[in-house]
Amino acid sequence: MGAARLTILLACAAVATAAQAQEPVIGLITKTESNPFFVKMKEGAQTAARANGVRLLTAAGQNDGDNAGQVTAMENMIAAGAKVILITVNDSKAIVPAIQKARAKGVLVIALDSPTDPVDATDAFFATDNYQAGMLIGSYARATFAGKPAKIATLDLFPGHPVGAQRHNGFLKGFGLAAPNKSSNELGRPPQVVCMADSYGNQTKGQAGMENCLQKNPDINLVYTINEPTAAGAYTALKAAGKAKDVVIVSVDGGCQGIRDIAAGGIAATAQQYPVKMASLGVAAGVAYLKTGKKPSGYTNTGVTLIAKKPVPGVESKDVKTGMEQCFGRRP
Amino acid sequence: MKYLPRAATLGPLLALAVACAFFAARSDRFWSADNLSLVLQQVMVVGVIAIGQTLIILTAGVDLSCGTVMALGGIVMTKFAAELGLPVPLAIASGIGVTTAFGAANGLLVSTVKLPPFIVTLGTLNIAFALTQLYSQAQTVTELPSGMTVLGGTFRIGGTSVVYGAVLMLALYVLAWFALRETAAGRHVYAVGNDAEAARLTGIATHRVLLGVYVLAGALYGVAALLSVARTGVGDPNAGQTENLDAITAVVLGGTSLFGGRGVVLGSLIGALIVGVFRNGLTLMGVSSVYQILITGILVILAVAADQLSRRRSA
Repeated sequence: MGAARLTILLACAAVATAAQAQEPVIGLITKTESNPFFVKMKEGAQTAARANGVRLLTAAGQNDGDNAGQVTAMENMIAAGAKVILITVNDSKAIVPAIQKARAKGVLVIALDSPTDPVDATDAFFATDNYQAGMLIGSYARATFAGKPAKIATLDLFPGHPVGAQRHNGFLKGFGLAAPNKSSNELGRPPQVVCMADSYGNQTKGQAGMENCLQKNPDINLVYTINEPTAAGAYTALKAAGKAKDVVIVSVDGGCQGIRDIAAGGIAATAQQYPVKMASLGVAAGVAYLKTGKKPSGYTNTGVTLIAKKPVPGVESKDVKTGMEQCFGRRP
Repeated sequence: MKYLPRAATLGPLLALAVACAFFAARSDRFWSADNLSLVLQQVMVVGVIAIGQTLIILTAGVDLSCGTVMALGGIVMTKFAAELGLPVPLAIASGIGVTTAFGAANGLLVSTVKLPPFIVTLGTLNIAFALTQLYSQAQTVTELPSGMTVLGGTFRIGGTSVVYGAVLMLALYVLAWFALRETAAGRHVYAVGNDAEAARLTGIATHRVLLGVYVLAGALYGVAALLSVARTGVGDPNAGQTENLDAITAVVLGGTSLFGGRGVVLGSLIGALIVGVFRNGLTLMGVSSVYQILITGILVILAVAADQLSRRRSA
C-alpha cells in the first residue's frame, strides 16, 4: 500500500511541471450530450470559439434533470480557468446556488435556452421566446381549424418547467383560448383541452401519453407537443389507432428529423428555434467580456420561425426547404 | 482472510496513479492542491453512499436503491427545515431517520423474508423515487436555513480550501475500515458474505448481521443526503439517479467482490476517486465527459475480471 502511494506521488510530481499555453477559456454546459439540439449548440459554440481564438470546454449532465452533474462540470471548468460559463440548466432552481458561487468569483454566467429561476440569477439569458413559439403554432392551428370545434390533447414536458409552461400556454393563447401569461409556470386548461400528459420530451413517453389520451377521449383532433420527438411518438400512436389522417399535430423545435416529419405529413407545423444562434451570441458576449470586462445583461430573443408544409391564410410561415436549411440534427 | 488478493488491492491504486499522472501531464491545472480538493469535494456524496454499498456487497448483496433513498432523505430534511420550519438538527435527523427506515425495510426483507437483495432494492428504488416526487411535487426545495449547508463550508489548510463534508467522508471511511477490520461485528460481515451457512453454524446470528448492515447503509445514505444538500444548496428531487449505479461502480472499481466476503472499504474511496479524477481531468483537458463514462465501463469490466481470476486461482 505504502509503496503504491509513493508511486502515485512520484509519478504525478514528475509530470506536474508540464505546462500549457494559456488562452482564454469559455465553458459550455448542456443538459445532456445526446440531444441533437445540444449537439448543434455545441457545434455552433465551437465554430464561434475557434473564430475568436478562445478555447471551448464542454460538458453536460448525465441525463435530463441531472443538476449535480452540471454543478460538477461548472466547478471543473472554473478550475480549468474558465471566466465565462454558458449553461442550459437542467433544474432552474437547484443550479442557482452554484451559479451564485461562480459569479462571486467573477465568472460571467449566461443561461442559454432555459432560464434560471429567478431569471436574474445569471448575468444574461439568450433563448427562444417559447411563449411566442407556442403562439405561432397555436395561430396556425386556429387558421387550419377555421372555427371547427377542437378537442385538444397536449403532450407537455414535465411539471414545473418554465419552457414547458410557456410553449403550452402560448399555444393556447395563439389558438384563441384563455391562457395564463408568459411568466406563469402553471399549465392552462380550458375546456377544449380534453387531455394533458407529460412526455418528458421523449418519443416513447410521447407515444404512451397519446395512447392514454386516446383512451380518455377518442375524438381528439388537435395535438400540441412540446417537441418533435414527442410529436413522432404521438403520430405513431395515432397511426396505430387509425386516426393519423383526422388529427392535426403541431410542435416546437425545428430539428431536421422534425422538418422531415413535416415534409412527410406527420406533423402539420412546427416553430423552429436556433441553438446555433444561442451559442454564437453566447460566445460573442463571452469574448467581449474577456476583452473589455463589459457584461451582457437581460434577455435576448434568438428568434423563432413557423415552418409548415401547407401555408394557411393570415399566418406567415416558411416552407420545408427553408426549415431544412436551418435545422439542427442530422441532415439528409 | 487477511490475505486479500494483491491484484484487487493494488490494481485500483495503480489505476488512480496512472490517471493522476496522465492528467497532470496533460493539464497544468490538474495537480494543484485546490483542484485535488475539488475532486474530493465532488466525490463526497457518492463516496459516503459507497461505504454503505460496500457493507452490503461484502455480504454478497447489492443495493440499487441507495441514490433514490438518499434523494428522499434530502427532500425530507430540506422540506422539514425550509417549509415546516423545524429546527435544523431535528430536520436533519428526520431525513436520516427516513433513509435508515428504508435501510431497515431492505434489511428485513432480505434477512427475514429472505428475498433476493437485487429485487428488494429494485422495489424500494421505485418506491423511494415515487415518494420523493410525490412529497416534493417534483419541485426543488430552496431557501434553506444556513445550518443545512454547514458541511458545504470550507476551511483552509495552507492556502487550500477544503470542504468540511469531504473531511467527514474521510473520517467515515477510516471508521468503517477500522470497524470492518478490527471488530467482531466487522469480521462477521465478511464471514456472512463468504459463506452464510458456515457463519450460521459457527454461531453468528446471520440475519442480525444482514439487518444491521442494511440499517447502517440506510443511515449512511442519510448522511450522503445531508452532504448533497450542503454541496448544491438545495433539496433536489432528481438527485441520486446517477448515484444509484455510481456507488456500485465505485465499490467494484475498488476491488470489492460482488460475490461477497472479500474487499477493503478504502478501495471504494479509491474507486470513487478514479471516476472523479477522470471527470475532472477530462474537463480540464477539454474532452467530452462521455469518455469518462466509456473509460469507467472498461475499468469496471477489468475490475470484475481481476476479481474472478483471483477467485479461480485461490479456489
